[in-house]
Amino acid sequence: MSHVISERRPGAYYDSIVLMRLQSALAKQPAVIDAGVVMATAANLALLESNGLRPEGVEAAPDDLLVVVKADSVKAAEAALAEIDPLLDRRRANVGDDYRPRSLETAVKMMPDAAWVLVSVPGRYAAEVAGRALDLGKHVFLYSDNVPLADEVALKRRARARGLLVMGPDCGTAIVGGVCLGFANRVRRGNIGLIGASGTGLQAVTCKIHSLGAGISHALGTGGRDLGVDVAAGTTLQALELLGRDPSTEVVVLISKPPAAAVAGQVLAAAQRVGKPVVVDFIGYPPPSRRLGNVCFASGLDEAAELAVAAARINRTPARKPTVEATDAPLAAGSFVRGLFAGGTLAYEALLGFRTFLQPLYSNISVSNVAAGSVHSLPDPAHSTAHTVLDLGEDEYTVGRLHPMMDQDLRLRRLRQEAADPDVGLIVLDVVLGYGAHPDPASELAPAIEEIRDRRPLEVVVLVIGTDEDPQDLDAQAERFQQSGAIVFRVTSEMVAHVHRRLGVVEPQAPLAPLAPPVSLDGLIPPVSAINVGLETFYDGLLAQDAPAVQVDWRPPAGGNEALAAILRRLQPKTE
Amino acid sequence: MTLDIERANQTAVERMTSARPMLTGIAVARDVIPGLRDGLLLHAGPPIAWEKMSGPLRGAVIGAVLLEGWADDEDSARVLVEKGEVAFEPCHHHGAVGPMAGVTSPSMAVYVVENTAHGNFAFSNLNEGYGKVLRYGAYAPEVLDKLRWMNGEMANLLGAALDVSGGLDLKTLLAEALHMGDEGHNRNKAGSLLFLKLLAPAIARVATDRKAEEKVLAFLGDNALSVLNPVMAACKAMADAAHGIEGSTVVTAMARNGTDFGIRVSGLGDQWFTDLAQTPDGLYFSGFSAADANPDIGDSTITETAGIGAFAMAAAPAIVSFVSGTPKDALNATLEMYEIAVAEHPSFTIPPLDFRGTPVGIDIRKVVELGLTPRVNTGIAHKDAGVGQVGAGLVRPPIGIFEQALVAFAERYDVA
Repeated sequence: MSHVISERRPGAYYDSIVLMRLQSALAKQPAVIDAGVVMATAANLALLESNGLRPEGVEAAPDDLLVVVKADSVKAAEAALAEIDPLLDRRRANVGDDYRPRSLETAVKMMPDAAWVLVSVPGRYAAEVAGRALDLGKHVFLYSDNVPLADEVALKRRARARGLLVMGPDCGTAIVGGVCLGFANRVRRGNIGLIGASGTGLQAVTCKIHSLGAGISHALGTGGRDLGVDVAAGTTLQALELLGRDPSTEVVVLISKPPAAAVAGQVLAAAQRVGKPVVVDFIGYPPPSRRLGNVCFASGLDEAAELAVAAARINRTPARKPTVEATDAPLAAGSFVRGLFAGGTLAYEALLGFRTFLQPLYSNISVSNVAAGSVHSLPDPAHSTAHTVLDLGEDEYTVGRLHPMMDQDLRLRRLRQEAADPDVGLIVLDVVLGYGAHPDPASELAPAIEEIRDRRPLEVVVLVIGTDEDPQDLDAQAERFQQSGAIVFRVTSEMVAHVHRRLGVVEPQAPLAPLAPPVSLDGLIPPVSAINVGLETFYDGLLAQDAPAVQVDWRPPAGGNEALAAILRRLQPKTE
Repeated sequence: MTLDIERANQTAVERMTSARPMLTGIAVARDVIPGLRDGLLLHAGPPIAWEKMSGPLRGAVIGAVLLEGWADDEDSARVLVEKGEVAFEPCHHHGAVGPMAGVTSPSMAVYVVENTAHGNFAFSNLNEGYGKVLRYGAYAPEVLDKLRWMNGEMANLLGAALDVSGGLDLKTLLAEALHMGDEGHNRNKAGSLLFLKLLAPAIARVATDRKAEEKVLAFLGDNALSVLNPVMAACKAMADAAHGIEGSTVVTAMARNGTDFGIRVSGLGDQWFTDLAQTPDGLYFSGFSAADANPDIGDSTITETAGIGAFAMAAAPAIVSFVSGTPKDALNATLEMYEIAVAEHPSFTIPPLDFRGTPVGIDIRKVVELGLTPRVNTGIAHKDAGVGQVGAGLVRPPIGIFEQALVAFAERYDVA
């Protein structure tokens, strides 16, 4: 047995939608069979009638609201009617979420000032999203991995042409203008700027800097392949230049796994032009020197942080002063270096230093795999080519003669031979003193140096190894070489640093684009806002930092249908 | 010549939005609709055979056969149709549009809309109001009597009024209605009152019979959908102006026949891309539920095609419940449609969006790429002929028809 009960509300006007909503809510009340909520017009009353909802004996005018409930019991019907006001008054606590755009283009319209786009979509879609971000004039934080190398090269070329940064791929960490993108620690703001190919490396160094009481201006990621030969430091070089210009950065830290040899040279050359102290930690890579001009080398992440903090505090480079003051003016471009060594280990150490900034570099020494690819085997030991480091103590030179530590003859001949090569600008000699060695090397070598320097202004650098107790008299030997016009060093790393100052600062060999527009500092200046495409964690992280952000509700193009996506790509406007 | 889709789309949308649809008069369908002949009925949506028609469309066909006098009763009408003696073609093939079943027969009165910017015409039948009506498949004697009155006394009076008024600017009317809470498809309350307000003085001027005048004015005023049909014709006139642009991926028609949902694309000629229509998601009138609903039906999706309707949802907070409830959802509905639109309408603006223009010009590329189909606000028809409207809600076309169109476009322009 069902019961129909109604309530009439004279003169109450509600939009028909509100009434329909009320009706469906009433119909869902316990034990309710059906409900009708209508303005009591004749047509509506007829409708109620046909649905078995017309209450008996109720008179209503067209302006009256009539609420009718049919239920299993009178009690249930009355209980339902009691819900009218709560239902009418009910407003959703949540008035609706902000619009979540589906496309990057819409997100950019919603937040045109966002300088950064965070991309963490699956790798095979990442390059396309990142490319669009670049086309829209945005820097890219590219967390996605499995991005093909060719895509990375193309993206970074595109970024460079537009004066934009691509941090990544596989870049998990960055801090820009105090805002952490991706995975990053809450660290104090300060004057140390970082560039890192490794996300956790950046985290470790920023945390250490923080714990030492200093702070971070920016931490820029580059992606793990940036310092490889293919990408050729595309992002690292931009980041160095950018932090060099950034007024909030006073010290730069550069951390990476060992770079490709050719690229290391470009990066170190760029680091020298930053105009600020630069601390470099190429993890597991033997530094060419403790210090090359404004660049000093750390032996690990911890030390990198310590050196950076020290530099930031005293606002000057922390490295030791060189033992010999020497000109810093670079030699003419295209000048080659020839190293004529008597000591095998000294030659090897020099070679490891030179290979980061002298290319192409040849030697008669077979190098270990650490240096593989950066040192070429000299085809003809009798003729040097390009930059060459010779160990004249090797068997091919000592057949039928004494070791050059004792017999200077071969070195003297070779010294004149190298000096006669017009492409040579700098010659390095080592002189090892002590028992067993030549009793007075300077007496033979210094006149030869004077002789060749009389013909043309060739630079000769002499590395003298010995003590003041040695029979040859270290100071006298050094003085004799200095009188000949040579520059004298007593430590290999300082010699290397000097050669670097004179020759290391060369134009990058293969710049991505010859005249790229500079990266604007605007993207680093707070307030930093960003658009996130992918992992919602990154969006939440931005919001938690009060950074304005838009989350794109991204889905694979054409629902992942590759055939349609291919058509769409062909139908897109050409951007380049 | 190289394919420049962006430029083609800009041209298409520029034509769509610069069109100036004027309601110039009322005429007998066979006199003005090109190709409409005896024995032919026009219907909503893409082409369809009698065998595949849904209940409401079949009912409307029987009603129209009876109205035209091609048969004397329901049974003989059905026999006539089953013998193949009645031809069916989409309204869209004749520059016409009609809500729900959209059935338009040669003797019916139709609104004549002229796009004075580009010179094309569009037509639509007269809105019958609520209850038992032909557009929902009803064909009882009183339904036909009402149609005869509309096509006779009312059409004569409206036609005469329009003649003396010099025409009615539907674009201006729509722009104003959007500022009064209409979105132009499901909600036409303000537009219909504006329509009445604009016509009333002219009707009073030409009326010779007080009773007829009163009846027509009351009929127009009582029907919150009075202006829907001329609005649809206006949208058709605007969309047609954008059709046939070489290289354009802009949708120029979306229509449903109660069985299939079809679209046409500006740069793809007169080809339809169709798939089964969905059943709308919505709220139901007392006594009805989703089980009663017919699949989506009607040409009224021409409003969304032209950048109003669900695309202007943000302008119509009063009917937000259709899209689940809050004014913010209404804003979001419109914001979503910007993602698949080529442009923002220069004339149709939305106050809550700081007078941003409505999204206009659906780009099939964007629909497919984002997997985001157009929103459509719609009335819901009962699946049985003649029961009428059972609710209102939201529906989206099947994504497959946009994918088909994209593939066809790639083939047609040799980029596949």
